[in-house]
Amino acid sequence: MNAIEVDNIVKNYGEVSALKGVSLSVGKHELFGLIGPDGAGKSSLFRIIASLIDADSGKAFVEGTDVSADYRKVRSIIGYMPGKFSLYQDLTVEENINFFASLFGVTLEENYDLVAPIYKQIEPFKRRRAGRLSGGMKQKLALSCALIHKPSVLLLDEPTTGVDAVSRSEFWDMLSELRNKGISILVSTPYMDEASRCDRIALINDGTILGIDTPSGIIYKYGFKLYSLKGKEKYALLKAARECDNIKESYPFGDSSHIVPDTGFDASSFEMKLHESGFPDAEISEIHPGIEDVFIKLMHNE
Amino acid sequence: MNDIIISVKDLCKQFGTFTAVDHITFDVSRGEIFGFLGANGAGKTTAMRMLCGLSYPTSGSGTVAGFDVMKQGEQIKKRIGYMSQKFSLYDDLTVRENINLFGGIYGLSDARILRRTAELLDMLKFRSEIDTLVGSLPLGWKQKLAFSVATLHHPDVVFLDEPTGGVDPITRRQFWEMIYESAAGGTTVFVTTHYMDEAEYCSRISIMVDGQISALGTPSQLKAQFNAKTINDVFRTLARGAKRSE
Amino acid sequence: MLILIIMPIVQVLLFGFAMSTDVNNVDLAIVAPHRTEAIRKMVERISANQYFTFKGYIAGNAIDEELRTGAADAVAVFDEDKGMQIILDASNPNTATAGAAYLQGIMMSDSKNPMKLETHILFNPQMKSSYNFVPGIMGMIFIIICAMMTSVSIVREKETGTMEVLLVSPSRPLGIIFAKMVPYFVLSCLNLATILLLARFVLDVPMSGNISGIVIISLLYLLLALSFGLLISTFAKDQATALIISGMLLLMPIIMLSGLAFPVENMPGILQAISCIVPTRWYISAVRKLMIEGLPFIAVMKEFWILLGMTTAILLLALKNYKDKLG
Repeated sequence: MNAIEVDNIVKNYGEVSALKGVSLSVGKHELFGLIGPDGAGKSSLFRIIASLIDADSGKAFVEGTDVSADYRKVRSIIGYMPGKFSLYQDLTVEENINFFASLFGVTLEENYDLVAPIYKQIEPFKRRRAGRLSGGMKQKLALSCALIHKPSVLLLDEPTTGVDAVSRSEFWDMLSELRNKGISILVSTPYMDEASRCDRIALINDGTILGIDTPSGIIYKYGFKLYSLKGKEKYALLKAARECDNIKESYPFGDSSHIVPDTGFDASSFEMKLHESGFPDAEISEIHPGIEDVFIKLMHNE
Repeated sequence: MNDIIISVKDLCKQFGTFTAVDHITFDVSRGEIFGFLGANGAGKTTAMRMLCGLSYPTSGSGTVAGFDVMKQGEQIKKRIGYMSQKFSLYDDLTVRENINLFGGIYGLSDARILRRTAELLDMLKFRSEIDTLVGSLPLGWKQKLAFSVATLHHPDVVFLDEPTGGVDPITRRQFWEMIYESAAGGTTVFVTTHYMDEAEYCSRISIMVDGQISALGTPSQLKAQFNAKTINDVFRTLARGAKRSE
Repeated sequence: MLILIIMPIVQVLLFGFAMSTDVNNVDLAIVAPHRTEAIRKMVERISANQYFTFKGYIAGNAIDEELRTGAADAVAVFDEDKGMQIILDASNPNTATAGAAYLQGIMMSDSKNPMKLETHILFNPQMKSSYNFVPGIMGMIFIIICAMMTSVSIVREKETGTMEVLLVSPSRPLGIIFAKMVPYFVLSCLNLATILLLARFVLDVPMSGNISGIVIISLLYLLLALSFGLLISTFAKDQATALIISGMLLLMPIIMLSGLAFPVENMPGILQAISCIVPTRWYISAVRKLMIEGLPFIAVMKEFWILLGMTTAILLLALKNYKDKLG
C-alpha cells in the first residue's frame, strides 16, 4: 500500500483551473518532490491530500484512507506544514511546540527523540518568540511541530521558500534523515536544484504533471542533446545563437547559455563562426541536461 | 567611459545599538547589472532603502544618480525605479490604468505616457491584455509588466528586490533578458535575489554578511577567489561564518 | 460604498428626524377619588394635549404597580387637601423631567384654579442619568468582547494560516473553536462582576432588585453574544471583514436602536419595530427593570424568552454554517 495515492484530481476555483487531472503516488519511506513554480497547483494539491479542501473530481488516499470521506482518520496520521510556516508568532518556541504536542495528545518529552536532531538546533532559543526567529529557524520549528506526534506521512508545502541557501541545504539533510527513519515525505518546492535531493520527483506546471520519475530517470526519459556556450559577452552571444538557423532554442543559464540544437547543427563550425564574428573567447561544449532544462523543454511541449 | 552612477563609502545604519549596515563601500557604473546578495538579516534591505532615498544613513556618504543620499533623498526618488516581489502593481486596476497611474506618479506628460504604453505593450506582446485586470494575469506576466512600469520613465537606476521569486524557469529567463536589454540601453540595474544562478547573470556581485560586504567582484573573480565552482558554493562558504542568521 | 455614502445619509436622517431625546408622549394615569367638575375638565385638557395619553383612572394603591410595570410614565393624583401631586417614573430621567414640565404647563394655564403642585420622583430620586446608562453600557461591552473580539480571534487564525494546522489534527475543530470562546466568556463574567460592584458602590445605583436575576439574564446575553461571534467567524475571511461586520451589524444598531442612548418609546413606529430584533434592546430593558426598578424576575420573563429564542436560533445557524474543511 502506498503512503499517498492521488488519482486524477481536478480542482477549479471559479473559472480558474488549478488542477487539471493530477495523478501520482508516493511509496512508503519515500522522499518525493513536487517541483513547479508558483501557480502550478502545488498548494491546492497539498490541501486536498491534507483533507482541508475537497477536489471537484478524482480521489486521493493516505495509507489507504480516503481523504475526503474519512478525513478525521487522515488528520491523525499525517503531519502537515503549510506554506508561510503557520506558527503562532507571539508564542515562544517552547510554547509553540508544547501547544502542537497537546493538540495531538502527546508531549514533547515522550517524542523528544524523534524531533531531537531538529529541535536541538533551536532549543537554545526556546524562550524566544517565534515571530523573531530567522527564516531558517522558523522552518526548523515548523518541522518539529509537524513531527511531534510521530506521523507516518509528512506533507511539507514549500518549506524552503524564502529561506537562505545554507538553511535550505541543511533542511534537505534533515528530510533525508527522517526518510531513513521510516517516514514517507511529500515535499513541494519551486527550486529546481532541490529536485536531486529526492528519491522521485513530479514536475508540475499550470495544473498538469509534466513527468514523474527519479531525478536521473526524468533526465534520461526526456533528455536531449544540449550544448553550453560560454564567453564574456553573455548577452550578445545569446543573441548570436538565436540568429543561427540550426539552433532550436537558446536560453541563459547561470554563467553560460544553453543551446538546444536542431538537426544539422555542428558545434565546432558554429564556434569558429563566433570566433570570426568578434567573440574570440566563445566556447561550446556538450553537456548533460539538468532538471531545469528538462522542465523548460516539457513546458514548451505543453 | 566608466560613468559611476552609484557610489557609497563607509555607509552605516544603526538602529539603537544594533548596526544593520556596517561601513559598506562600493561603486556601480552606468549600465552595470549589479547583484546585491546576502542572507536574510544580513542588511541587504536596509542598505537598499538608503540607496533609494527611503532611509537616512547614520553615517558615511553616498551618491545615487548624482544626488547625495544624506540630503537629497527626494531627488534620488525621481531618478530611480523600484520593483519588489511584495508589491509592484495594483491588482484591481487594468494594465492600462496601472501604466497611467505610475506614469503620473513619475511625472510623465500624457503624450509621453501614451508613447511609452505603446512601446511597452509591443515589447511584451501584451496589446490584447491592455484592459485586463492585473490581478488576473499569471505571475510571470505581472512581473514582466512590473519591471516595464518601473522603467517607464527611463530612470538612471532601477532597484529590483527579489523580482523573480516563485516564477517558472522560462518566465524567469525572459525577465532576465528584459534586464539585459535595459542594461544594454544604459539603465543601471541593482538587483537582489535568492537564486544563486541568477547571480551569474550579473556583471558584478557583492555578498553581504552580518552588515558588511564580504565579497565584491565579477562572478568569475569570486569563484576563483573562493575556489568554488558556483556562486552558490561561494555563498555557502561565506554564510557558514555568519553570526547573524539567528 | 455602502459605508462611505449610504451610512452618513442614514445617520443624518435618523439623528435629525427619528432619534431624539425629546419626549413626545407621556402615558398618564390619574388617581382622583373625588371627580369634581374641575378635575374632569383637567383630564379633558390633558387628553387633548398631544403630548399625553390618558391611561385611565386608577386606585391610589395601584400607583406603584402602574409605574413599575410601565403601564404609565406618570401618575397625577388629585387630592382635595394636598392639591395635585405628580408622581413620575424617573428610571428614564428625560421622560420624567419633560413630563413634569408639560404637566406644570397645563396646570398653570388654568389660572382659575391654581392647585398646589407637588412632584414626586420615584426610582431615581436624584435623576441620575448614570442609572440609565449602566445597563446600556453592559449591553454594549458584552457584545464587543464576546461577539467582536471572539470573531476576530477565530478569523485571525484563518488569516495567519494556523487554522489549517489546527484543522489537520485529531482534535475536533469545533472543540478548538469553543476553546477560543472560553477566555472571552470568562473575561466577560469578570467584567459583569466588576460593573455590578462599581455600579453599587461607586455610582450608588440602587440595585434594588435581585442580583441573581441580573446575573442570569446577563449570562444568557453573553451566550447570545458568543453565538454571534461564532456566526460571524463562519463567513468572515479576514480580520478586517470580521471587524466591519461586527461593527455594522451589531454595534451600530445597538448604539442607535437598543435604547442605550435614545429611548425606544420616542422612536417612530418603524424604528421601534426594527428595534425589536436588536437583542440588546431586550437585555437593557430587562436589566433596567431588575436593577433600577427592583422588579422580581418574573417581570422580565418576556425578555428572557425572547433572548433565549434568539440565542438558540443564532447558535443553530452558526453551527450549521460551520465547516470542518476550508472549502
